[in-house]
Amino acid sequence: MDVRAQLSMQFNLDKCIGCHTCSVSCKNVWTTRQGAEYMWWNNVETKPGCGYPLTWEDQERYRGGWELSGSTLRLKLLKGPGKLRTLANIFFQPNLPTIDDYYEPFTFDYDNLFNAPAGDDQPVARPKSLITGEFMDKIVLGPNWDDDMGGSPLYATNDPNLKGLSASQKELLTKFHKLFYFYFPRICNHCLNPGCVASCPSGALYKRGEDGIVLIDQDTCRAWRFCVSACPFKKPYYNWDTGKSEKCIFCYPRLETGQANACAHACTGRIRTVGVLLYDADRIEQTAKSSDDRIVEAMRDIILDPNDPKVIEGAIKNGVEENWINAAQNSPAYNLFVKWRLALPNHPEFRTVPMNFYIPPLSPILHQAKSDSGGCFDPETSDFWNDIDKMRIPLKFLANMLSAGNESLVLESLKKQMAVRIYMRQQRVGDVGDAKVQSVLSDAGLTPTDCEDIYKVVTLGTFEERFVIPETHREIKSTVDPRTMYEKRGTVGFGNKKKELLGRSW
Amino acid sequence: MDQLLFGAVPYIAITIAIVGTIWRFTSHRFTWSSQSSQFLENKTLFWGSFPWHYGIIIILLMHIIVAIIPGVLLSLNGSIGFLYFFECSGLALGFLALFGLVALIYRRLSNNRVRAVTSTWDVIVLIILIVQVVTGLGNALLYKWGSNWYAASAVPWIWSVILLKADPNFIGTLPIITKIHIFNAMVFIAFIPFTRFVHFLAFLNPLKYLGRSHQLVRWYSRSERTENIRQMK
Repeated sequence: MDVRAQLSMQFNLDKCIGCHTCSVSCKNVWTTRQGAEYMWWNNVETKPGCGYPLTWEDQERYRGGWELSGSTLRLKLLKGPGKLRTLANIFFQPNLPTIDDYYEPFTFDYDNLFNAPAGDDQPVARPKSLITGEFMDKIVLGPNWDDDMGGSPLYATNDPNLKGLSASQKELLTKFHKLFYFYFPRICNHCLNPGCVASCPSGALYKRGEDGIVLIDQDTCRAWRFCVSACPFKKPYYNWDTGKSEKCIFCYPRLETGQANACAHACTGRIRTVGVLLYDADRIEQTAKSSDDRIVEAMRDIILDPNDPKVIEGAIKNGVEENWINAAQNSPAYNLFVKWRLALPNHPEFRTVPMNFYIPPLSPILHQAKSDSGGCFDPETSDFWNDIDKMRIPLKFLANMLSAGNESLVLESLKKQMAVRIYMRQQRVGDVGDAKVQSVLSDAGLTPTDCEDIYKVVTLGTFEERFVIPETHREIKSTVDPRTMYEKRGTVGFGNKKKELLGRSW
Repeated sequence: MDQLLFGAVPYIAITIAIVGTIWRFTSHRFTWSSQSSQFLENKTLFWGSFPWHYGIIIILLMHIIVAIIPGVLLSLNGSIGFLYFFECSGLALGFLALFGLVALIYRRLSNNRVRAVTSTWDVIVLIILIVQVVTGLGNALLYKWGSNWYAASAVPWIWSVILLKADPNFIGTLPIITKIHIFNAMVFIAFIPFTRFVHFLAFLNPLKYLGRSHQLVRWYSRSERTENIRQMK
């Protein structure tokens, strides 16, 4: 047993209102630089939708993540004999997304609004490319191009998660009374078996042993761009100006000083929690090799119980500090993913063992039991509990996104969320009946204490309850970069690029 | 004149290359690569980068191998069949590289996005390379059996340079186009530290990749201070 600590973020999709405050705070802190304009280390997508970059989940196109070949695990990128294939493609990468799969970064010619000569027409601000500096005819793509299902016949119909849905279920895209969508915020998953790290010929990407954050060493990166291709979540971004790849750094300069990530801190819906997990590094490969229907359970298995004396002993032996173990014992990550089994990983079938978890969305409770026959939903007479699998959002869709197609795991999570609501309604309103609450709780496998705790963390959670972040004690560690996040702001934590001799860069 | 160009310039070029490379590696590690623009344009690049790299790498390797073991080639070239094979495949690879290079130049000039990330150094690089490839192909087409007299006259000169007793007489009688080819090669060497040419010195990393485990873990509490922290303190 090799006990290591991992920072993890959880997202309560039920509460995400798609305001993009997270994306904006992340961008303001980290990616307001030339070459990084198009980077959204944190982005929020509408699901069903194409996402960012367009159809990133389609691994037949991008070939990110891992696949099982017999009993060996190999990068999907490498179709041929192992790593040699990577190197054969080193001069040109067939699966690399280009800027047109994201969008051409643009600004507007605001100057013209103030300085246009007097004339008959209102002056306009034409869009201008931030790469070439030339005027653009029109903007054809942006970071949230299909927000709120805009243009869904063009965009959302290509969502790979719609695979396996019946024609009637797919009407959620087109029929108003069946319409359903939700928001899906994404940051780097800081996986246990990251494809980006495994694909880098330079060895520039690495996982930090102490906290599991995956970083790119900017001085070692040689612009081969394999990380961009090999990451199935498309979270490493290539900076076209510096010629280096960059990615979400889990706000490590903030976390090291005990502050929450910029995105999580800014979240107005308070949907995010951050906590520490202890895991067994010896079993990563075995976990990543699990079959699709077993992989989420395998991921729950690899997370160790932080109250188990053996685990604590192993953690201390491995240099995990006391405040980290304490944080792991109070971790919302452990509770949501392992203890209450509410949260699920995004696309575990990519086999990178991602370490961010999502609570699947329950609302709106409106289901389509009656809307199928053209009627309206009547919440007063319907039995929420038994009709939970008739919700508007097809379970299959959520399962494709969050549990490698395993619908029972999604149903379990939804039932638990519903059980908490029924329990709380009995506490507050008292019109459900104790017998009903009893049966619902035993059906969902929750105790009243669990319900109180879940209710607290997903609704009223204070800052300290939502973000259980141990400090790194930078003051006594000479090997931790001593700069504060304000010094590192806008520099990816590695210092500004130096000015060059001739021309704009080498 | 030959004494200057082929007696002194090689040492100037090599000195610049070695000193410059060390300087850039120690003080500008961040820029130690060839900046990729595939992200901005990838259709023409396919027709440029693949043929160019595979063509030029094999040709360059052949130059190096023959320079190390000229005798082996000379005796192999004794067989007319091998001579034809060697010369023809060299010529084919040369045209492959030329095709790729022309595509790359066309791409740099015609695509606005690529032009936005093009530096003066990139233009110098392309000029040096096109001169080198065109003169190399000129040699092969105009003067027969270049592989033989490369091994017989240019290789001894290369060795005389390496052994610090440069003797231009070995190549004094070669045609002007060959002399341009040789001189341009020295310019190329001198420019290595200042341009994207450094990226072929980074070839050791990909080779290490073949041997390393998939996942890399770094422990900040167990490692030496990293470069940027040293800079900060």
